[in-house]
Amino acid sequence: MGMTMTQKILAAHAGLDHVEAGQLIEAELDLVLGNDITSPVAIHEMDKMKADTVFHKDKIALVMDHFIPNKDIKSAEHCKCVREFACRHEISNYFDVGEMGIEHALLPEKGLTVAGDVIIGADSHTCTYGALGAFSTGVGSTDMAAGMVTGKAWFKVPSAIRFNLTGKPKKWVSGKDVILHIIGMIGVDGALYKSMEFTGDGIKNLSMDDRFTIANMAIEAGGKNGIFPVDDQTEAYMKEHSMRSYKVYEADEDAVYEAEYTIDLSKLEPTVAFPHLPENTKTMNEISQEIVIDQAVIGSCTNGRIEDLRTAAEILKGRKVKKGVRCIIIPATQSVYLQAMEEGLLKIFIEAGAVVSTPTCGPCLGGYMGILAAGERCISTTNRNFVGRMGHVESEIYLASPAVAAASAVMGKIAAPEELGL
Amino acid sequence: MQAKGRVFKYGDNVDTDVIIPARYLNSSDPAELATHCMEDIDKEFVNKVNRGDIIVADKNFGCGSSREHAPIAIKAAGVSCVIAETFARIFYRNAINIGLPIIECPEASRGIEDGDQVEVDFDSGVIYNRTRGTEFQGQAFPEFMQNIIQAGGLINYINAKTEK
Repeated sequence: MGMTMTQKILAAHAGLDHVEAGQLIEAELDLVLGNDITSPVAIHEMDKMKADTVFHKDKIALVMDHFIPNKDIKSAEHCKCVREFACRHEISNYFDVGEMGIEHALLPEKGLTVAGDVIIGADSHTCTYGALGAFSTGVGSTDMAAGMVTGKAWFKVPSAIRFNLTGKPKKWVSGKDVILHIIGMIGVDGALYKSMEFTGDGIKNLSMDDRFTIANMAIEAGGKNGIFPVDDQTEAYMKEHSMRSYKVYEADEDAVYEAEYTIDLSKLEPTVAFPHLPENTKTMNEISQEIVIDQAVIGSCTNGRIEDLRTAAEILKGRKVKKGVRCIIIPATQSVYLQAMEEGLLKIFIEAGAVVSTPTCGPCLGGYMGILAAGERCISTTNRNFVGRMGHVESEIYLASPAVAAASAVMGKIAAPEELGL
Repeated sequence: MQAKGRVFKYGDNVDTDVIIPARYLNSSDPAELATHCMEDIDKEFVNKVNRGDIIVADKNFGCGSSREHAPIAIKAAGVSCVIAETFARIFYRNAINIGLPIIECPEASRGIEDGDQVEVDFDSGVIYNRTRGTEFQGQAFPEFMQNIIQAGGLINYINAKTEK
């Protein structure tokens, strides 16, 4: 029986010729990731272990991104704990204020994640690196601690669902719309414990940033990982960003999938997920009622990359954010921020009446930098619209692409770019 | 290993944001996290929960963020076991790793109501609803997971193995 792409990567990292869905394996790790929320818990667990060294100082990445620059004393204490740990263990990939970015945008950009890797991260959106053809998955702090010490993790080999993507998306339809469409179709537990393997000739019509967005939200369908095959675009990206050698794995022709879906990208419409689950999707043309908004957030590990900002700028250029709407734009990394500045995007945003923030996860998880009051409504390019996710339990989050979020910021209600004549 | 207590019943897709909202993640102290456990889905939970009580839910319990603070808060609040139709995978892993017993059993999730008195035997996977006199067969843990839970979590388990 053939293996899926994920199964092949796991087999190779477990030193096995063949693995099957359901098998328990121990795999060698290429990278262990943590952030300022999850790392302190992992460090505390590591203290309880009798080991006082890490498995490899270059294969651990600690990214301070959720509550930094620190929002309060307690989060400052957390960062201090991680900073001291990184210093003590000479962790080479420690990223603090000035160098940091939102972890899942930062690591590929720094070339720390490449095709063929096995990566665990104490953050659920670690699945993002599947865009590069790596196996990457979110874990908790204890797994992170064990990973930092042993360089290994146990996995149950997942079965897979195949998504065969064909065609070319229309203008204003992005990776975000593709993944929201899929989550709407299979539900928030539609891929529970499984790999989401993307294949098909439509993939060439998706940019790397689109693929990062799609893989990023595999977890919102319950997926263990999301993974793309490696093509010319992937190789060009890795060569541009990484010094590391990579290994390309392909699914066997007789690989077994639990389900298969074919999605014609040319038929997709801009899609919005209504409160309070990412599966509550509607395409823009299915929304008949007027949904007035108080805030628009454009950023996060899902949609804070340069293409996302270019799209938002294309819409905001020469226009104004509707009076009474707060539009918060968050470049995901310092490098995206700098590029946005050089391309004149920041000027467009500020002239439109948006604010531009230092990279942070901030509002996405209701940390800071855009918390909602009771009864307030936000359109957001982030990844979750759970009850209370961005603030008060009586606030509402609508998930959408940067194009729809920017158009909505201008209109003061949920709107497609076409409504601005674009 | 057994658990015994009163049931708090919830529905589908109880996410880690409602189990422990991110506004409290500036702390990693289990006792402090426990004081906000389930706050955004059930404000009264922390006032009503007693040591040994059991959470029962429907599908996809613990979906969303990988925050281990979620099972930590539940365990520190005194909950002895979580039963659900299904669990989100990161939560499942985290619960085992920190030594919070969890058990998948769709029939139990349907046959147990809020306030019922329930007993769980982890070795056999048998769930007994004392209030209604009904019994359900849940999935017993594979041996290595039982060993992790009995050791009080993955780290203690690794430590014990290293000592041998």
